[in-house]
Amino acid sequence: MAVATPPQQHARIPFYRDTRIIAIILQVVFTLVVVGGIWFLYTNMIEGLRKANLLPSLSFLSQPTGFAISESVIPYSTESSYGQAFLVGIINTLRIAITGVILATLLGTVVGIFRMSSNWLLRNLATTYVEIVRNIPLLLQLIFWFLLTKEFPRVQDSINLGGLLYLHNRGVTMAWPREGDDFSSWVPWLWVGLAAGIIFYIVRRVQFARRDRPGVAAPQAFLISGGVVLLGLVVVRLTGGQWPLFLEIPQLNRFNFVGGSTITPSFAALLIGLVVYTATYISEIVRSGIQAVSRGQREAARALGLTNGQALRLVIFPQALRIMIPPLTSQYLNLTKNSSLAVVIAYPDLFYVGNTINNQTGQAVPVILMLMLSYLSLSLITSLMMNWYNKKIQLVER
Amino acid sequence: MKRQILPLLALTFALALTACGGQAPQAAATTAPAAADTAAPAAPADTAAPATEAPAAPAATAAPAPSTSDAAQPAAGGRLQTIISRGNLICGVNTGLPGFMNVDSAGAYTGFDVDFCKAIAAAIFDDPSKVEYRPLSSQDRFTAVQTGEVDVLIRNSTFTLSRDGSLGLDWAPTTFYDGQGMMVRKDSGINTLEDMDGATVCVQTGTTTELNLADQFKARGLTFTPVVFDSNDPTVAAYDAGQCDGFTTDKSGLVSSLSKLTNPADHKILDVTMSKEPLGPSTLSGDAQFSDAVRWIVYATFQAEEYGITSANIGDFTSSELPEIQRFLGLADNKLGDGIGLPNDFAVRVIKGVGNYAEIYDRNLGPETPFDLPRGLNAQYTNGGLLYSPPFR
Repeated sequence: MAVATPPQQHARIPFYRDTRIIAIILQVVFTLVVVGGIWFLYTNMIEGLRKANLLPSLSFLSQPTGFAISESVIPYSTESSYGQAFLVGIINTLRIAITGVILATLLGTVVGIFRMSSNWLLRNLATTYVEIVRNIPLLLQLIFWFLLTKEFPRVQDSINLGGLLYLHNRGVTMAWPREGDDFSSWVPWLWVGLAAGIIFYIVRRVQFARRDRPGVAAPQAFLISGGVVLLGLVVVRLTGGQWPLFLEIPQLNRFNFVGGSTITPSFAALLIGLVVYTATYISEIVRSGIQAVSRGQREAARALGLTNGQALRLVIFPQALRIMIPPLTSQYLNLTKNSSLAVVIAYPDLFYVGNTINNQTGQAVPVILMLMLSYLSLSLITSLMMNWYNKKIQLVER
Repeated sequence: MKRQILPLLALTFALALTACGGQAPQAAATTAPAAADTAAPAAPADTAAPATEAPAAPAATAAPAPSTSDAAQPAAGGRLQTIISRGNLICGVNTGLPGFMNVDSAGAYTGFDVDFCKAIAAAIFDDPSKVEYRPLSSQDRFTAVQTGEVDVLIRNSTFTLSRDGSLGLDWAPTTFYDGQGMMVRKDSGINTLEDMDGATVCVQTGTTTELNLADQFKARGLTFTPVVFDSNDPTVAAYDAGQCDGFTTDKSGLVSSLSKLTNPADHKILDVTMSKEPLGPSTLSGDAQFSDAVRWIVYATFQAEEYGITSANIGDFTSSELPEIQRFLGLADNKLGDGIGLPNDFAVRVIKGVGNYAEIYDRNLGPETPFDLPRGLNAQYTNGGLLYSPPFR
């Protein structure tokens, strides 16, 4: 009898005390609660929207907008579709994000290095800048910069810098290269230049790899490309008699400058605001990155006879970069997302255009979802690129 | 290990309870009115409760004015009942447009639009002060109505087909017939829109003016650069600083913004009307009773002016023997208010609270004010204007 009793029966425990089953039940319950919650919110929303005759639909995207947008890189008029207007917003956001990230990185790096300078004045200037700017809300700073643009003279009495650059309260107007009549005969040269640069770069890289030696190819590749393009410029001038590019000098007509290129006060204020603000955080990242590199590295570099600058550039900075990249990524994301504050200073970025579309069509749900998806995509792409770069500069162990 | 499971189970149970518990308060609420309707005016059931029997109706009739307490029948679950049980009206207004909406140094709201908020509160509560104001930018205003954040939007908003249709709004009668105008500097040499080719124009976003501006310039084959802000003050400030050559909005808005400029004498309003801008209150579509109530409250101000009834002389009319006046004021056994969920004497309340249309107009925009706007289209139809109330019968 006793032998017949299977030993498992002793081990069998009721299901409500079995941790594996409990775990599964808990997960199922959790999922049900979450899905149920979302379902409740969704049906509630749809019910409300149906009552107000506002059911979500994307059909508005192909309709003409009827409103004007103050600045756009791609062609846009009041007959363009809402979809096109949304695209204008995305491109304007990209424009501010990319220039902002580049300038903020440069300014932040310089300030970060200044903060550790042995020069008393530089060090304290940098510290004061960082401590003041990062402790004031960004929105306030944007409004400050925008108000400042109003203090410039009116267009009619612009500050004239050599006839090439004009400062006034509607922005900065400057001379800008434009395509001449012979531009099309210059285009092939651009392609040849690009191809020559790329081919040279690849060939050099392959050579380095074969010899298993490090080397730099990019600067020469740029020189070759530039040389070809410049040569093309001269050849076109000699054969056609006209420069393919000419410098367009802005002329003041009745109301505004015509010709050249104008940076609007909104764009300038937003760019300055974002760069000045984000650079304070970047400078702290740079400083912490440099300080994290062990003191022995600098001493060793000095002992090898490198100057202070060379030690920083060739030994310290490449190592500091590995520490700096992950926090830098989040600052880049912040800058991109903060650009949505543009709405207060009339720069037509993605959020601003989205709001206008929402207001004219009443399609709040699809528009907000599109906005969220767009910002999410921008952020994820930035993250992916930075993660790729991060991986690339990590220590390669042989 | 095993002991840790118990708290987890308890937590799950608690979560399950909170998830299901949503119905509990509603069930409680439906039983409440019986006890509550004898009490304060703000008694009726929680409006979120889908009370089918209308147990809340008696509570609403127990509300203010004892003289005509046997009337109002707000539909259960409707916006009107929400307002009554909340105890005040939430009114979406401009963030600041002198003459239409202004906050004085004591924090009191005044203005043409504000007076219509007060008129609705007066009709519902017999107390024009029972209004909570929500200043809204031109971008936020319609979303605030759509989400139910405000009961009614009275913010110099233009009645258009697309706003009536695809924005999900219902429009009350136009309270102010306006047209879009353009303000420029006197020294700019601009006399007509045709002179403005290549100009920069300041405008507010999300407005009909933004769209008309593009239309009008396109029709004339002119180019322009818009500078677009989301509320009136920054728009005026940018124009004042000379960042724009022109500033466009409704003509009433231009007149009232003149007072905000550093040197009003340097500016002029072009003698051109770019569009029709009928401005009026709007409510969320789908609540016919509340829309009707707002519509007839506005008509009551028109009708009162037509009859010559003012807040000063209304006492003389309450004893009137004329059937027409009796119907309008809800005297004798007239029960016109019933059909729209308002007390029968709502017109009396409106006139006592804010006065008739002429009083509202003169107080905020008339000759005594800095604006001194002529009545123009906003006169009674008997004087060549467009104000025309359908009969109160």
